[in-house]
Amino acid sequence: MTTKTESKLEKLLARGEFVISGEIGPPKHAGPEGIVKHAENLKKYIDAANITDNQTAIVRMSSIAAAFHVLRSGLEPVIQITCRDRNRIGIQSDLLGAYSLGMRNVLCLSGDHQSFGNHPTAKNVYDIDSIQEIKLVKDMRDSRKFLCGEEIKQNEPRYFIGGVANPFADPLEFRVARLEKKINAGADFIQTQAIFDMGRFEKWMEMVRKRGLHERTNIIAGLIPLKSHKAARYMQKFVSGMLVPDEIVYRLEKAKEPQKEGVELCVEQIKHLKQIEGIKGVHIMAVAWEEIIPTIVEKAGLFPRPSL
Amino acid sequence: MIVAENKPFHDILGLIEDAKKILIVGCGGCVAVCLSGGEKEVGVLASALRMSRKKEGNPLETVEVTLPRQCDPEYMDMLKGYVKEDIDCILSLGCGVGVQFIAERFSKWVIPAQNTKFAGGTIAHGIWEERCGLCGECILYKTGGICPIIRCSKSLLNGPCGGSQNGKCEVDKNLDCGWQLIYDRMKKFGKLDLLLKIEPPKDWSKSRDGGPRKVVREDVKIS
Ligand code: SF4
Ligand code: SF4
Repeated sequence: MTTKTESKLEKLLARGEFVISGEIGPPKHAGPEGIVKHAENLKKYIDAANITDNQTAIVRMSSIAAAFHVLRSGLEPVIQITCRDRNRIGIQSDLLGAYSLGMRNVLCLSGDHQSFGNHPTAKNVYDIDSIQEIKLVKDMRDSRKFLCGEEIKQNEPRYFIGGVANPFADPLEFRVARLEKKINAGADFIQTQAIFDMGRFEKWMEMVRKRGLHERTNIIAGLIPLKSHKAARYMQKFVSGMLVPDEIVYRLEKAKEPQKEGVELCVEQIKHLKQIEGIKGVHIMAVAWEEIIPTIVEKAGLFPRPSL
Repeated sequence: MIVAENKPFHDILGLIEDAKKILIVGCGGCVAVCLSGGEKEVGVLASALRMSRKKEGNPLETVEVTLPRQCDPEYMDMLKGYVKEDIDCILSLGCGVGVQFIAERFSKWVIPAQNTKFAGGTIAHGIWEERCGLCGECILYKTGGICPIIRCSKSLLNGPCGGSQNGKCEVDKNLDCGWQLIYDRMKKFGKLDLLLKIEPPKDWSKSRDGGPRKVVREDVKIS
């Protein structure tokens, strides 16, 4: 099977492996030790890790710089580039720079609005949106062109391009159409918003399959392992774009050992998702609970990970 | 219209604290329509300022005049007779344009009494909402007459983002998601296929990003 890039993630997907990615949030300081530790602990258990880009608009070490430490530690990073903080010049420049450092995967997203973060009075950029960004990365790779149309004469960056999709946002019918738009723009893989409402997710997947979209991109299901019913309740109430059914909140509330229950739930979800046609892997977002990933992967029967 | 809102009263008091006699200039244009800078508001503000200064034992003298518009040199001429030697400063209730037109014309210290907010319209008595981001190249024909630049918090051209739920924007549960509105309208008109096209990046040079803008119309110029 031929691949378009040197990405390990792409190669594994092309081979038909059920992939697992994780997420590492860079620190609010300039020290790399924590990221390196996470990368070393996780590298045997996941195939790649997203390195978030000033997630929830809180200033942190840059995604690309943190990803460099991850890469050096032997784990494949997926850099994130949001449209909130950079215009089309900054985005293309970062794409060139990150590629020169060995990055091979990029996730394009619009980014949380700055009003959620620790600099709510900042100006936002949004010069281009996430769909335009995906197309930009694809055109740099496949047409060897900058956004302005100028040719990239040599060493064009060849990224495996990711986008996000939220099956739980509205309007539901248009969510699938917009996913198709992202695929048409060039998304090679799609990570979904964290799934708690499996019923709605399956309904969405059915619509995805009806349009044949699962054959045109790699859909990777997003999961967040829950530590407590409070965490579940918080996401249910305060995080836009999430749907957390009450039964999940109750299940954790009733549990004697909520953390264990959270792991159990996540493992069940993985096993279930593995059976759904068109799901190519899972993306586990255990931010601030990264150390739980090995347990989840082992319990889900997905250890050891394949090598290239 | 341009919608403006008075600065907090105490801020205005502070801005004129050194003055003994001020000229308060209202505007009969947009700010009169949005009830913030017309003749009536000039009168109300002037008497409030005088009263407050009197209480402080530092009386203030005011001269009041409202021009049909402050954004027109022709009407600015009408102000000449009022800008006398003994006027310490001019307080304008025009939008930011009016304040600047006064400053360009007269060598007097000019102070804005308003915060100029946006281009919008009246929703109900006492409620105004933003509608246009003055982007310089209108694309409302692509989005069913609803502006994604100003009604989407991220100005997305290929929305809605993943934060849109129950018709509301992720930024505020009381704010309509501009893209939900666009979707509903396009659906109603059977034009959803237009939303499937990837809208290319916008030419922001036509907007404020290209530097201060100017419109020149040869056909109406009097040379
Ligand atoms: S598209 Fe531009 S000109 Fe048209 S309403 Fe929106 S901001 Fe105003
Ligand atoms: S929720 Fe709607 S209005 Fe708000 S940023 Fe997203 S697309 Fe724009």
